[in-house]
Amino acid sequence: MRSIQKNLDQFNQVGIRPVAISVDTPEESRDLCQKAGYTFTFLSDPNLEAIRRYDLVHAGQGIKGHDIARPAEFLIDKSGTVRWRMLTENYWVRARPSQILEAAKAVE
Amino acid sequence: MNIKRLNWPLWLGFLVTIFAFVSYPFIFANWETTRDFPWANIPLFVVALVLLFFGVRRAFAPGRRLFSKIVAPTIALISLLVVALFIFTSFIASRWLPPSTGAPQVNQKAPDFSLADTNRKQVSLTDLLTQPINDKPPKGVLLIYYRGYW
Repeated sequence: MRSIQKNLDQFNQVGIRPVAISVDTPEESRDLCQKAGYTFTFLSDPNLEAIRRYDLVHAGQGIKGHDIARPAEFLIDKSGTVRWRMLTENYWVRARPSQILEAAKAVE
Repeated sequence: MNIKRLNWPLWLGFLVTIFAFVSYPFIFANWETTRDFPWANIPLFVVALVLLFFGVRRAFAPGRRLFSKIVAPTIALISLLVVALFIFTSFIASRWLPPSTGAPQVNQKAPDFSLADTNRKQVSLTDLLTQPINDKPPKGVLLIYYRGYW
């Protein structure tokens, strides 16, 4: 998230809109954004509607034993088609902005 | 406490172990290189283990009290458990992720959704794909699903 924020100008320049999605409530996300200085869009999916539709439910992994999303990134073009994705095998390993910007070059 | 008798390699080794454990999520996970693989933490653990080795050896040197012969191996054992816990959490448990075989593939249509933003305004994928960025239509959207804070 921090690395996305750091590269936000570049994402804006190429016309890619980063959007973070988790089960956190809008208030929790707002607190996070204020504390960490994130200025891109954060969406709240407490009922796992989108998370389930993308098959990313990680059951019982929340701190209260609730279901959360596993980390994943999707690059979607303006027709709504997935052009690149990363489903990490280790949750410490996330997509790097350089990888995403490289993949974005192929998107018209 | 007699400073000359203090088993400093042992205690320093213990502190470095704790630091090496805690610094991964709280410090080194903030940079890609030291997050994707704990390049900073592994050398720290090595330094800690060397210090602990000398600490235990020192505790068994002639003239040391029985007390230090009990404390030193105990501290070393706790440190080893911390190392084991680190290996478990950052290499094993972190890979226990769902297979997500039904996740949209490349060249497939991304499922639409409508979710609340931080102002509780409903936003759909279509909105995200059409609202302009710097007065220009966006080329695409990067969805970043994350675990939340939790």
